[in-house]
Amino acid sequence: MAVQTNKTTLNKYLELEQPDGKVMAEYLWIDGSGEGIRSKCRTLNFIPKSPKDCPIWNFDGSSTAQAEGSNSDMYLHPCAIFRDPFRGGENRLILCDVYKYNNKPAETNKRHTCADVMEKAKEHKPWFGIEQEYSLLDYDSYPLGWPKNGYPGPQGPYYCGVGANRVHGRDIVEAHYRACLYAGVDICGCNAEVMPAQWEFQVGPTEGIAMGDHLWVARYILHRVAEDFGVVVTLDPKPMTGDWNGAGAHTNYSTKAMRETGGLAVIEEAIEKLSKHHVRHIKAYDPNEGKDNERRLTGLHETSSIHDFSAGVANRGASIRIPRQVAEDGYGYLEDRRPSSNCDPYAVTEVIIRTTILE
Amino acid sequence: MAIIPTTNKQVLEKYLDLEQNGKVMAEYLWIDGTGEGIRSKCRTLNSTPKHPSDCPIWNFDGSSTYQAEGSNSDMYLHPCAIFKDPFRRGNNILVLCDVYKYNNKPADTNQRHTCAQVMERAKASQPWFGIEQEYTILDFDGHPFGWPKNGFPGPQGPYYCGVGANRVYGRDIVEAHYKACLYAGVDICGCNAEVMPAQWEFQVGPTEGIAMGDHLWVARYILHRVAEDFGVVVTLDPKPMEGDWNGAGAHTNYSTLEMRNKDGLKVIEEAIEKLSFHHVRHIKAYDPREGKDNERRLTGLHETSSIHDFSAGVANRGASIRIPRQVAEDGYGYLEDRRPSSNCDPYAVTEVIVRTTLLNE
Repeated sequence: MAVQTNKTTLNKYLELEQPDGKVMAEYLWIDGSGEGIRSKCRTLNFIPKSPKDCPIWNFDGSSTAQAEGSNSDMYLHPCAIFRDPFRGGENRLILCDVYKYNNKPAETNKRHTCADVMEKAKEHKPWFGIEQEYSLLDYDSYPLGWPKNGYPGPQGPYYCGVGANRVHGRDIVEAHYRACLYAGVDICGCNAEVMPAQWEFQVGPTEGIAMGDHLWVARYILHRVAEDFGVVVTLDPKPMTGDWNGAGAHTNYSTKAMRETGGLAVIEEAIEKLSKHHVRHIKAYDPNEGKDNERRLTGLHETSSIHDFSAGVANRGASIRIPRQVAEDGYGYLEDRRPSSNCDPYAVTEVIIRTTILE
Repeated sequence: MAIIPTTNKQVLEKYLDLEQNGKVMAEYLWIDGTGEGIRSKCRTLNSTPKHPSDCPIWNFDGSSTYQAEGSNSDMYLHPCAIFKDPFRRGNNILVLCDVYKYNNKPADTNQRHTCAQVMERAKASQPWFGIEQEYTILDFDGHPFGWPKNGFPGPQGPYYCGVGANRVYGRDIVEAHYKACLYAGVDICGCNAEVMPAQWEFQVGPTEGIAMGDHLWVARYILHRVAEDFGVVVTLDPKPMEGDWNGAGAHTNYSTLEMRNKDGLKVIEEAIEKLSFHHVRHIKAYDPREGKDNERRLTGLHETSSIHDFSAGVANRGASIRIPRQVAEDGYGYLEDRRPSSNCDPYAVTEVIVRTTLLNE
């Protein structure tokens, strides 16, 4: 385990009274890698009710792979507020998007265009639910609980498992779930995954731009909880080569029309449109235009091949799966199984709307 | 202690104290394709359900639990029973489910479906059950917990119901499990240290009808989960250590309204007579491998009957069926079927007992 400091000592300080009206606001943003999250704190003299109440801030983009040292100031625009599960009280997490010195969106600011697209599509009431898979690593970057110079037994008994020889790190999962509920994130489920030390949580159903907001904050909370326990979370889509599952961010999607009687026809039309834009979607589904997903989408381990587009009812080897219940009811939603665990949910939800609704 | 990295529980406590905004965490439990493994996953509900039918039907990936192929993997979870969650507390719940295939037929290892039908048909007889669940605690390396690392403890004798760090290993798991079961609403009625060191037993009952299977499966989930918390492993294998070491069973105590009333002993003897004609059918129902697991345990030694023969007797622990001496003296009570394996499915066990003794099938 990583070097840890004494939590009892910390608690004494966390319990100190904070003067009324003083709020610690942790500003969160996405860095130049498109997958890393950064944060810094400031004191506010009031409790913000809306993101507009929070001041625009700035930071040193040359330290986050986002700017040159000679012209490094970048702006943080508050977009969404959540309660802070680490500091409690009236303290807040403020999710921001990033702008360059010239007020144009930063390269990895996918929220800006996503918000426009969601505004254009809003009467379709697009709902999303994303299944975020991730792996827990020990301080030495080897999966948590794996024997130090070897491997666990083959996959089979671990998925949704119970027992110290089946799952590793449940405490992180439990703490994360409770922290998300407290913060106001739409966390709707979790389970142990097929590879030992791999887990999944789901966020949704969430409408429009909020999907990306809630997932990014859930990810920040996850990294921060793991840090508290002295372990590390990776969102790499294929952390262990060999006969071990990768990690995805299966994206469940529906519009109002899909959710109503006869919606199955609308779902099938959407799949038809998606089938014509496979390459464009693959490029949007990880931060490296498909290079990360190449290691994961092999056609094995419950994935579809990155090269082909396919769809099927209850088929976990297809690009798009229609859940069996949906096929029976005749309405519901579809599941796009292609996005990588380290995808940007703003990029994913935007391209899905562009393809199925706007274009 | 185990070398499995256990994460800092003090850090966890802080998070478990966070308020939940009125949301309920519901952990859905089910039996996987092996017929003995338990799987679970969680979902958020917006209010506390009063009845299993208030909980939504859910689904899962059966290709990851030995229950389906990847190309047609959706399987359904039907909520059957609700218990309070002793790990998350508050309004959080455990929801025991049974499993259905894509075509809505019961999954191969869903023994609850027919058991529930049988119990409904037999309900006028008020069949009560009490199952004695034996199990063994293992260290992370698979060797029994507390045993010397490359060796064995002294021979059996001083361990049964023992006290002392050289007699019993892992009492903390047993204590935690008992309290968790009481909290959850499981009918746990006793526990004791067993004959083999690191082996323990708890009893659930007397419970009527379909609830016997429900309560025992949830008690098993709680046991595995408590052991996970302590960084050790529970096995329900019926013969974890070869040699002069006891195996583990799930002795099933059984009675009907008639057996419990005056002169019930006659009814008990009639039931035993019927059981004697169906030994093979029962053996097949008494472990998940139609008797292959029990073969290693039911040898006729170590307080078991031989798997090949059916026998019954008062106070006889070497018989298939034991009539407790007190029952023989009172003239009414219950019988004890000592054949079921520790890893049996209690739905399958209770169903076949009722079919043979009450429904005459």
